[in-house]
Amino acid sequence: MSSEYNAFITDATIEGDGEGVLSGATVAVKDNISTKDVRTTCGSAMLESYEPPYDATVVRRVLDAGATIVGKANMDEFGMGGTTETSAFDPTENPRAPGHVAGGSSGGSAAAVAAGAADLALGSDTGGSIRNPAAFCGVVGLKPTYGLVSRYGLIAYANSLEQIGPIGPTVESTARLLDVIAGPDEHDGTTRTADLEGSYVDTIDGDVSGTTVGVLRNLTEGSDERVQTRFEAAIDDLRAQGASIVEIELESIEHALAAYYVIAMSEASSNLARFDGVRYGVSGGYDGDWNEAFASTRNEGFGEEVKRRILLGTYALSAGYHDKYYKKAQDARAWVKSDFTEAFTQADVLASPTMPVLAPKIGENLDDPLALYQIDANTVPVNLANVPAISVPIGEADGRPVGLQLIAPAFGEGRLFRTASALE
Amino acid sequence: MTTETVNADDVRHVADLARIDLEDAEIELFEEQFAEILEYFDSLDEVPAVDADEELVNVMRSDEPHESLSQATALKNAPETDDDYFKGPRVS
Repeated sequence: MSSEYNAFITDATIEGDGEGVLSGATVAVKDNISTKDVRTTCGSAMLESYEPPYDATVVRRVLDAGATIVGKANMDEFGMGGTTETSAFDPTENPRAPGHVAGGSSGGSAAAVAAGAADLALGSDTGGSIRNPAAFCGVVGLKPTYGLVSRYGLIAYANSLEQIGPIGPTVESTARLLDVIAGPDEHDGTTRTADLEGSYVDTIDGDVSGTTVGVLRNLTEGSDERVQTRFEAAIDDLRAQGASIVEIELESIEHALAAYYVIAMSEASSNLARFDGVRYGVSGGYDGDWNEAFASTRNEGFGEEVKRRILLGTYALSAGYHDKYYKKAQDARAWVKSDFTEAFTQADVLASPTMPVLAPKIGENLDDPLALYQIDANTVPVNLANVPAISVPIGEADGRPVGLQLIAPAFGEGRLFRTASALE
Repeated sequence: MTTETVNADDVRHVADLARIDLEDAEIELFEEQFAEILEYFDSLDEVPAVDADEELVNVMRSDEPHESLSQATALKNAPETDDDYFKGPRVS
């Protein structure tokens, strides 16, 4: 392992060239976010020696704000996993629960912050990949509203679902990093301007009196009892601070996980078609024609989970199955969105445990893909609905950190920071 | 509605479509796993048709020349090049 807890795939020092709110701060950058001339592997053997010719917009922004990038953080291969065990560069260990996974796919980013190897980190979240490791490692992580943060330079896995977001030791530091990276970018046509006065840091006042918190019953009851106990205590804490608590049931949420995987795998099968071993990636030079050489490259360069998802995505989009899987998944996505819109007429923010389980031991679930997919049940509805969500630590159970997830309407990040700060 | 059984030929067919040259052991593993995963996806059959009324806006930019990567930079990560070109396998 190249670094403590194997949090980094590549150690690097990229000095900021500006002065700003991140002057003096160190930042870990997930290894699917492009850094000019610094190896960016996506946790894959396919890109073992790939050096991007340009910086991602978020990288330019943190450097312009004065930060120093200290390394490229370990991750599940192409973001496909929830434990950082599908990385071609070995798993990341959880600094707060040794012997256990750091979560994923942004496991290296969260572990770097938890271990103090970086002050802050950038991750990406397609179905929970920022919130999951933040919860398992006992740090704060935010998945922004779709379109708040530029994806330019993020190597795509499922572009209709994913966002780059901040990870930090506290709500305030996480908000500060969001202030730096948020905002429109001419290189990403999906970026929007948030209707925010002042900064995200300014939204933090810890005042939840007058805030209505909707507890998502379906997601809470499906969680491990030890997680539920911590969660209920945190909700009691919010109530004691003046928040109103209501219970909310979302019928559509039972179908969110299947819909998420169908959509993510379908998009992945298309996005990862670019890895042909000709323009970048593991060496060509195989015998045979274009198709044969292409197939050999991809067999060698991709790990098992990536192959599994590309194949299932290809299946879901193939003739005869498109209507059954992909189209129904899009219906489910629209249903989840409308359910959330309805829920936000009853509550300002929604709450659930971030993860339904405690961090598993390294190696515990590796052979059962469906069991691994199911730990994403609480986080994926947020990505389907394009809304923002934060994970904030709420103590430990059996020596492992537990996180609480708060969800807000689109561009409601300020509400998330305000409510989350009441739990610190 | 239930999923038809996934057999090894189905796995080979999608692997061929996706241009991934799987080994026999992987085909066997995926055959078993896909049956279980696709059965889980069958729960989507219960989802009602939803009228999604998205507000969509076209985002356009003017079609003007910009500074772009030099040929040398664009070729930097290619495993094989020939002068100023990418070199790929024969087409047929």
